[in-house]
Amino acid sequence: MDCHRALAIVHYVALGGVARCGGTPSLLDGLKTAATSLPFGPGMRNYYDQADLARMIDGLVVSVSAAFPPDQPLNVVGIRTRGEVLAARVAAGLVARGHHLLGRGVLDVTLYRDDIAAIGPRRMVRPTELEIDLDDKPLLLVDDVLFTGRSVRAAMNLLIDFGRPAMIRLAILVDRGGRELPIQPDFAALILGNVPDEHRVNVRLAEVDGTDQIVVEPRTEVA
Amino acid sequence: MSESAAGIWTKKHLLTLEELSPDEIRVVLDTAASFKDVSLRSVKKYPALRGRVVVNTFFEDSTRTRTSFSLAASRLSADVIDFTEKGSSVSKGETLIDTARNIEAMGVDVIVIRHKAAGSAMLLARTVSCSVINAGDGAHEHPTQGLLDLYTMRQRFGKIAGLRVAIVGDIVNSRVARSNLWGLTKMGAEVILVGPPTLVPKSFEQLGARVVHNFDSVIGEVDVINMLRVQFERIQSSQFPSVREFTQMFGLTQERFKRCKPGVFVMHPGPMNRGIEISSEIADGEQSGILTQVTNGLAVRMAVLYLVTGAQ
Repeated sequence: MDCHRALAIVHYVALGGVARCGGTPSLLDGLKTAATSLPFGPGMRNYYDQADLARMIDGLVVSVSAAFPPDQPLNVVGIRTRGEVLAARVAAGLVARGHHLLGRGVLDVTLYRDDIAAIGPRRMVRPTELEIDLDDKPLLLVDDVLFTGRSVRAAMNLLIDFGRPAMIRLAILVDRGGRELPIQPDFAALILGNVPDEHRVNVRLAEVDGTDQIVVEPRTEVA
Repeated sequence: MSESAAGIWTKKHLLTLEELSPDEIRVVLDTAASFKDVSLRSVKKYPALRGRVVVNTFFEDSTRTRTSFSLAASRLSADVIDFTEKGSSVSKGETLIDTARNIEAMGVDVIVIRHKAAGSAMLLARTVSCSVINAGDGAHEHPTQGLLDLYTMRQRFGKIAGLRVAIVGDIVNSRVARSNLWGLTKMGAEVILVGPPTLVPKSFEQLGARVVHNFDSVIGEVDVINMLRVQFERIQSSQFPSVREFTQMFGLTQERFKRCKPGVFVMHPGPMNRGIEISSEIADGEQSGILTQVTNGLAVRMAVLYLVTGAQ
């Protein structure tokens, strides 16, 4: 129960100079309150390189590690596609910090999306891999960008169809604002305030994209 | 109409395997793979088709296909209605199109149809505005059976390209054979059609198959043997030899099985005539994929239902 209460605190990751967007110094010490109202506008940083990304993921690992006892089971589950890669990197970091009871899984949330009733070409569904026991163990859900919150909602519904985790915590790389559901991250490496809808936050990871970077850029196509 | 290279499906109906591209076949098989574990979850349902209505309209008898489509639709949270010819207005003389239009008027999203007339599913697809899935139209095609056979072979061998597959029996009257032939040749397998000349005419060679009238001449070189059912409803016709003669020449007997490749995989779309086209020991043996085919049929039909309901 102590563990549970400790986790109820929002763990934002101090980035040591990475999250300089908006030039607000208070972002650097990672206080959520300082981050939420930032506008995204001209002069804001829109590119983060491999070294920035490495620091961000390290930061996530440190905060997650501090929140979960290393000798207790923890399931680390990523949302396809880039959340899966991030989850793998976070899990590797946790193993290096002595967490030896990690369970691993991958979710494809396509069938749980709330826009699935919409008419349009169907995306191929890829397997959800959850060969772990979810019941009564804490679960860390990992994704790359948190925007509307709808994917996370879908992921939580999917998880609950597989079992009953003791708790679900959310770790994400970039919080770009724009939430449409009451969902907030427990661990976030980079907070960009509210990025305008006409921009995309593209997280690229070497395992799938050949390079590590975060780019905030205008949408090339209207979704 | 379709651009499936990126794992995208745009077809509204599934009528034949003839009209699918290899990429589209791959999309179905890969999507099916993501459904194969649904029975192992604590909640055995996906919410994907919540609020959608699927109607099974079977104008011919069926155990596997109908049950499989019903279960597939319910696993996707759709509402399922089973329509049978018996006890319906069809027995009062209503035409297929009128029946379908009336069913559609109730607000249906997918009609799954089996009918004795080849082309019936296509006719329906042109008439109604909902999705149509062909669950067998005469001797024309049975695309979900073809897909589940492909899926089962891919699961067993890890690939389809390069496999040598014998389809044995009454080819000329078999929709399963035609769907398998289209699917297998598109995916790069070699198809050998085996049976007496009356049931396996040479004209099938034009579809890219090898036609062989002597089972024993190819038995040692095939990776998969797909035994078709002896259709007793046609057994009186002059096309068909006697049952004993058929078993002797084209049945998968123990003696014949011994001359197969060591890893040969035996399939049958069901229902089986044990002791006629296939011996019981082989059907129930370790190299038989017959029940696996049924299990995979569920995942494949879930994939098809999910995919066609996007394009409406």
